[in-house]
Amino acid sequence: MSALLQVTALTAHYGDFQALFGVDLTLDPGQTLAIIGANGAGKTTLMRAITGIARVTGGSVLLDGQRLDRMAAPEILRAGVAMVPEGRRLFPSLTVEENLRIGAHARQGSGFWTLSRICDLFPVLRDRRDHPGTALSGGQQQMVAIGRALMSNPRVLLCDELSLGLAPVVIREIYAAFPTIRDSGTAIVVVEQDIGQALKVATMVHCMMEGRITLSGPPESLGREAIHDAYFGVRHG
Amino acid sequence: MIWLDTLIQGLMLGGLYALFAAGLSLVFGIMRLVNLAHGDLIVLGAYLILGIGTATGLNPFLAAVLALPPMFALGWLLQTVLLNRVLGDDILPPLLVTFGLSVVIQNALLMGFSADSRKLPVGPVEAQSLALGPVNLGVMPLVTFASAVLVIFGLNRLFYRTALGRAFRATSDDPVTAQLMGIRPDRVFAVATGIALVVATIAALYLGARANFDPSTGPARLLYAFEAVIIGGLGSLWGTLAGGLVIGVAQAFGAALNPEWQILAGHLAFVAVLLVRPRGLFPRAND
Repeated sequence: MSALLQVTALTAHYGDFQALFGVDLTLDPGQTLAIIGANGAGKTTLMRAITGIARVTGGSVLLDGQRLDRMAAPEILRAGVAMVPEGRRLFPSLTVEENLRIGAHARQGSGFWTLSRICDLFPVLRDRRDHPGTALSGGQQQMVAIGRALMSNPRVLLCDELSLGLAPVVIREIYAAFPTIRDSGTAIVVVEQDIGQALKVATMVHCMMEGRITLSGPPESLGREAIHDAYFGVRHG
Repeated sequence: MIWLDTLIQGLMLGGLYALFAAGLSLVFGIMRLVNLAHGDLIVLGAYLILGIGTATGLNPFLAAVLALPPMFALGWLLQTVLLNRVLGDDILPPLLVTFGLSVVIQNALLMGFSADSRKLPVGPVEAQSLALGPVNLGVMPLVTFASAVLVIFGLNRLFYRTALGRAFRATSDDPVTAQLMGIRPDRVFAVATGIALVVATIAALYLGARANFDPSTGPARLLYAFEAVIIGGLGSLWGTLAGGLVIGVAQAFGAALNPEWQILAGHLAFVAVLLVRPRGLFPRAND
């Protein structure tokens, strides 16, 4: 099976500061990939580089063989990569429904995800369609942000820090939607600081430290100690 | 009943000021760009209407319709070629560039049309009036006011009822996240400036029909437009209409007291509103 998303030797900079150092990763169709790491490890920069928000200075990003790293963010979305950004970043002057509809701004033709299906996925949004997006609770805002990204019918969904600032019960509710999203044909990359949650949903885990991937493997094959060491940068011997 | 007549004349004048301000408000609301050349672009529109009318023999109202597409194209080009390059966190570059643009437009008009005053010949409608009880209402001021309400209503519908309006508001809220939705902020801004110049052309029609204009008329119109936008609350379209009406009514009452106080009364009303409501009458909740 050929890779859906192939990131090879990716480097990225903020001005003179290098934030990513030759990151490699592969996402197969139907896979859920988790990227874990402490604050400042480069997880969000990796998401921003893949989606064209951060400047890629080396390496490549391919989606089904199509080169993304030379495209602008709107073209990358059209190619099939959508992101749920850290902090949700809903549009304050748009209602919940408008926030969802704007996700389909660039969509051409029909697809699985519609306004109605998003409301089926997160029923609580159905009664709040006319509310300002930013007037909802944090968890509901996260649902809107996921729904907004899905409205473009992406082939790859990148989720940056979904659980940040949310209660455990809300986090479970949000992650409960993942199987439906996967079944719709969308592969998922989730960036998490919550290791336990990441290990539960992922079929493959990468741990990042200082802009590099320091540990990779299926969750069942990675020992608790190895993950702990990679997460905190502990070196033995 | 003189006060009622004064009030109504003031409201009609306010409609014209709201038209001056609507394009400015639109551009500021979407891209936080303060366009110091807005008044000169209105005057440019008036010369374009005059030129089309002279060349074709058409009435200024029809000439204005023909002037709308080239003015939209001018706005689109201006934003794409010039203004998008200077938009960013620093507000100074766009101010400097639009100030320079203002100077360029004024001098170009001076070279092309000389400093002579011009007026758009709208015909007999200019002198027609309607008797509404104790008040005589000029047809042209009434049409101007109605146009202002229609323009604001139309822009509001565009803003809040269309996919383009959603893109405008999303880009205004957060241009980076808007890109993640497939929106290209540079193109959204270009369309917005195109629409702003369409509105400026409508304002130009009523400016040229109401009073004489020459290449140096723009900056004073810009001042009234600014005051209307700020009184109304930055980026609020209905607020801009309200701001125009406040200035118009203040000027009318100022002139009724003493003709020399007309302009001063408008500026004093502006200061008074800012003292009471520093963010304007109808500020946007998320500004």
